[in-house]
Amino acid sequence: MEAAIRTEARTATVETDLEPAPRRRLVPRANLLPYVLIAPALLVIAGVLGYPLGMLGWLSTQRYGLRELYQHQGEFVGLQNFVTILSDPQFHYVLEVSVVFTVINVGLSMFFATFIALLLERVSRVVRLLLTSGLVFVWATPVIPAINLWQWMFDYEFGVVNWLLTHLGAGNYIHHNWFENPIQGFTVITVIVVWGAIPFLALMLYAGLTQVPRELVDAAEIDGARPWQVFAWITVPILRPIFLVLFSLSTIWDFQVFNQVWVLLNQRPSKDYFLISVFSFQESFRVSQFGLGSAAAVVMVAILVVVTFFYVRQTIRLSTEDGR
Amino acid sequence: MRRSIAARTFFDGVGILVLVVMMFPIYWMISTALKPGKEILALNPVWIPSAPTFDNFRTAMNVPYFWNDVVNSLVVVLTVVVVSIALAFLAAVSVARFGFRGRTAFIVMIIAVQMVPLNALVIPIYLLLNAVGQVDSLLGVIAYYLAFVLPFMIWTLRGFIANVPVDLEEAAMVDGASRVGAFMRIVFPLVAPGLIATGIFGFIQAWNEFIIAYVLLSSSSKQTLTIWLASFTTQHGTDWGGLMAGATLTALPVVILFLFVQRHIVGGLTAGAVKG
Repeated sequence: MEAAIRTEARTATVETDLEPAPRRRLVPRANLLPYVLIAPALLVIAGVLGYPLGMLGWLSTQRYGLRELYQHQGEFVGLQNFVTILSDPQFHYVLEVSVVFTVINVGLSMFFATFIALLLERVSRVVRLLLTSGLVFVWATPVIPAINLWQWMFDYEFGVVNWLLTHLGAGNYIHHNWFENPIQGFTVITVIVVWGAIPFLALMLYAGLTQVPRELVDAAEIDGARPWQVFAWITVPILRPIFLVLFSLSTIWDFQVFNQVWVLLNQRPSKDYFLISVFSFQESFRVSQFGLGSAAAVVMVAILVVVTFFYVRQTIRLSTEDGR
Repeated sequence: MRRSIAARTFFDGVGILVLVVMMFPIYWMISTALKPGKEILALNPVWIPSAPTFDNFRTAMNVPYFWNDVVNSLVVVLTVVVVSIALAFLAAVSVARFGFRGRTAFIVMIIAVQMVPLNALVIPIYLLLNAVGQVDSLLGVIAYYLAFVLPFMIWTLRGFIANVPVDLEEAAMVDGASRVGAFMRIVFPLVAPGLIATGIFGFIQAWNEFIIAYVLLSSSSKQTLTIWLASFTTQHGTDWGGLMAGATLTALPVVILFLFVQRHIVGGLTAGAVKG
């Protein structure tokens, strides 16, 4: 959720490169003014984000443990850190779990969001208003309180989920500890992530659906198309750009999940629960191997860069096909 | 598309079901916060608090450092909002109003920066601030949040400013206003909603942020509210009523502010994406 709001800017990426220059622009008499205006913001962004990003790359080539921390000086080891983590079976497990986790979470979020968006189209006005307001409330709930409330719902002793599952006849969940078994633990984490992601995705998709031309749907129905055919051959192609944007953004968010694992497991997750960002954090701030942690973070950034690049390129390609 | 009454009732039913499932956790948080202890720790859940009480809120507020951390959060958030609005506004004017060499590069940079995963930057940030002795100071956190919210704010404000026709300004100047006067009287009022919306955005982001504050602020007296909340459980066992009250208190300002800007966010989003 915290990142959800930032998306407007990200989505706008779609347009940047294609955006025609504003028709009329003031031509500055003194050419320095525009630079003076962006200078403070540029300084902050470059200094506080750009520099650390470069430093992350540099750190990944350093041996940087506790001793180095006190000396403020790492020791250059080339690609040794990458060799170490890439040959570490634990890191393989971490990568595998992160990828599987991302695929499942993105898939489920998109599935439920599409379902709710389609539902929003079909309900009466009152229900639509209620449902959208509900979604906005969930969307607005900050992530840390959200994690705490799910922690309470899944509490092994007095958690309402165990009671509900038991009384709905799903088996005996009295005093069931969800975090003994990592698969069940990850199920809880998935519930939290998907619940938090649905509102944004569903509202976006619904807003997209309202722009599907009515005439097309009516024409298809007159020609005898069944509802699923309308969905597959009209709705989906028209919503393709939006789907693509949402898929990419969800992937970017779900691949770097940290808070849900860290806070839910009381800041002491066992090794079974290490997603890539948890692994990187643990190596750095618990084991004090900042070099290895940085290498893991670089791997994460590299994978995300591929997704981001794919997303920007695909989107540009799509929009040029439309002949804009 | 006309639908039978039966179909509509069916869809409405499913819609209500979805609503209940999505909203239940939030209801459960608030109702737990309002329950006395024995209704919270009940083997059969008590669905509606029989005698709502504010005891849990009182407990939460009396947890050590609560007020202290509220103040920290406010200091951080308000500084970030004020400074970022000023910087973002200047940069947005530049991008929206002037053609200059490097403008496209700046825009691309702004967008690219937003894709950088926060979690990955924690390590170098910590080491950098550690080297200059700024770990455990609100200043480091503020600088970081500033850089984190600026790109989005510049981008959003740019849209607002670009939407004000240059001709309006020129007309004012023809009528005798100076360039600055025309800008302040014509453009500024039209852009004010954008400033409020982006300011609220900055507020929400800085208020909610966890990992940076968690790494940088180690002493209890320096922490922000999210850190206070995340460590609530580890004090002595879990006081669920107090925790839910704390969660409600932390979420409340954000939810209220969010409701103000929500329409703007969804609208802006889809306009961009579907057109593409």
